[in-house]
Amino acid sequence: MGGFLKDQWWLPAVVIGSLTPLAWRFVSLGFFPALRTLDRRWIFLLMFWAVLVPIYYIGITGQTFPEVPSALARAAVDEIEDLNEGDPVLLPFDYDPATEGEVAPMATAFVKHAAEKKLKMYFMALWPIGSQLADATIDKVIKSDFPRMIYGQDYVNLGYKSGNEGVIKVIVTNLRELYTTDSRGTALQAIPMMSGIDNIQQMKLIINVSAGYPGTKEWVQYAVTPFPDRLRLVAGCTGVQATQMYPYIPRQLPGLLGAIKGAAEYEKLVVDKYGGPHPDPKYLDGLRRMGPQLVAHLLIIVLIVLANIVYFADRRREAHR
Amino acid sequence: MKRETMIWTLVMLLGALGLIGRAAFTSLGMGREYVRAVPVANGQWTEYQPSNYGQYRRAEIANPNQTDYVLSLPRSVGLWVAAFFTLAIFSFLYGDNPFYKIAEAILVGVSAAYWMVIAFWDVLIPNLLGKIWPALIQAWAIPGLSGPEAARNAWYVIPLVLGVMLLWRLSPTGGWISRWPLAFIIGTFAGLQMIGFLHGDFLAQIRNSILPLAVMDRGVFDPWESLRNILIVTGVLSCLVYFFFSFEHTGMVGKAAKLGTWFLMITFGAGFGYTVMGRIALLAIRIEFLLDDWLWLIDPIRRRSL
Repeated sequence: MGGFLKDQWWLPAVVIGSLTPLAWRFVSLGFFPALRTLDRRWIFLLMFWAVLVPIYYIGITGQTFPEVPSALARAAVDEIEDLNEGDPVLLPFDYDPATEGEVAPMATAFVKHAAEKKLKMYFMALWPIGSQLADATIDKVIKSDFPRMIYGQDYVNLGYKSGNEGVIKVIVTNLRELYTTDSRGTALQAIPMMSGIDNIQQMKLIINVSAGYPGTKEWVQYAVTPFPDRLRLVAGCTGVQATQMYPYIPRQLPGLLGAIKGAAEYEKLVVDKYGGPHPDPKYLDGLRRMGPQLVAHLLIIVLIVLANIVYFADRRREAHR
Repeated sequence: MKRETMIWTLVMLLGALGLIGRAAFTSLGMGREYVRAVPVANGQWTEYQPSNYGQYRRAEIANPNQTDYVLSLPRSVGLWVAAFFTLAIFSFLYGDNPFYKIAEAILVGVSAAYWMVIAFWDVLIPNLLGKIWPALIQAWAIPGLSGPEAARNAWYVIPLVLGVMLLWRLSPTGGWISRWPLAFIIGTFAGLQMIGFLHGDFLAQIRNSILPLAVMDRGVFDPWESLRNILIVTGVLSCLVYFFFSFEHTGMVGKAAKLGTWFLMITFGAGFGYTVMGRIALLAIRIEFLLDDWLWLIDPIRRRSL
């Protein structure tokens, strides 16, 4: 920390400089009056620094916070670990760039894990940009670190289809009704790994990355629930969705990664097993992003406590009047 | 000039000077994208794959005359445009302004156009027209369309007709025609949703809530698992009581409803906490983009190091 502050002296200088008017306001007006009349833009600025400074610190030093994986993350890992080499898995990428920061680390970790296990990966998307994001993850993980995997034999991107849960409802019994080609326009019959695949009940596991509707909830409702003995599902989803998915655990949804915390836990488990002594930092996105989470959460807690102090102080003052 | 305007003009000027200084006068620079030129089809054309400054530097050190790794002007411009729009959207936190309005309008326009293009090429062409006129679509748009999936299916004329009827809404007369396909969509969707919720939520959740209150693990009482199940069952029942309005919430019913309120509040709190976590993650990736991809102040995944 000392070395960092010595080398990067300008950062604390800018942070302190930008917050000096706020400090001066507290000194001149007094604590409670300044808090009561605090402009919300100061809170935005505090939040900006609370997120930026840890990102900068972690970006320079490479340090991350220790992560203890939860039972749900372990369950998600176990579901994939239990599969055998060559087992088919369906990877619906139901998200877009707006939520990439939250769920892309999960997508990366899922694909790395599946590639390490030598599973056959069938990518698809219920969101229009999901297909391109699947391609981006394929480039990031498979093409760069698993060059021996061949498109069409080890992995395929079936692309996007509109129709939301209607797509799931159809492909759960007849995949070829909707998918005539893959995302590149190649006929399914010309893709070796599509031979014998007629519906998604033949998948050993569905690994869903979801940012909303349609997403994990629809996969539970229309794929897993009607075929509980044939289909199993693990999912990585945004924080907004996570609490809505808990009722499905464990019968309908054995493994769940909720928000960036879930991503960090899953990354930790995958990297510990397959990352080697010096894991590639591109597989540590979630772990890195837990730094800003910690500082920003602390700031929010402090702000909530301060706001409550002001509220109760005002209420007591009103009662005395 | 107002004092506030003057301060912000000064901040922006200093920021712009800092950017120019970093881009032009520092050894590392900033905001550049590189690509790798890969010859395809025996050198008939060249494909440009994404690369980075680190790979470019390594190639330059190995061979100063190399042409495999090159600076990509379009990608670099795209990077600067992305950075500008990120800052333009952030600027709304200070107050509404023309930069935010421009970014917002472009986002809406681009998203709408993107959806339209995707729907046309990924849905209408292969899943509708490709089913009705497979030979034509194969010759015109999808050469790979072949095999049993490309067999003509006359049933798809029905969705085509329904689609045309839906567009009738745009016509000055006969707008009522669009109500028929709309009724079809609503009816189908309602049926689909009802089955999904009945199977996936209603029945399955009843089953998920029937839990043993005293859990025995290999003949030994498991207190934590038992407590967990008791909490789940109590939570479900008390929340159900809260939403049961046929009785006045007094006496035991009132107490159970009050307990249900507490469970609901804790659920909302958990939901809020998760949402905050999600929003901070989204802010973090934008700041990471600005510091890493654009300004080259940090290099967490070692894209620029040798």
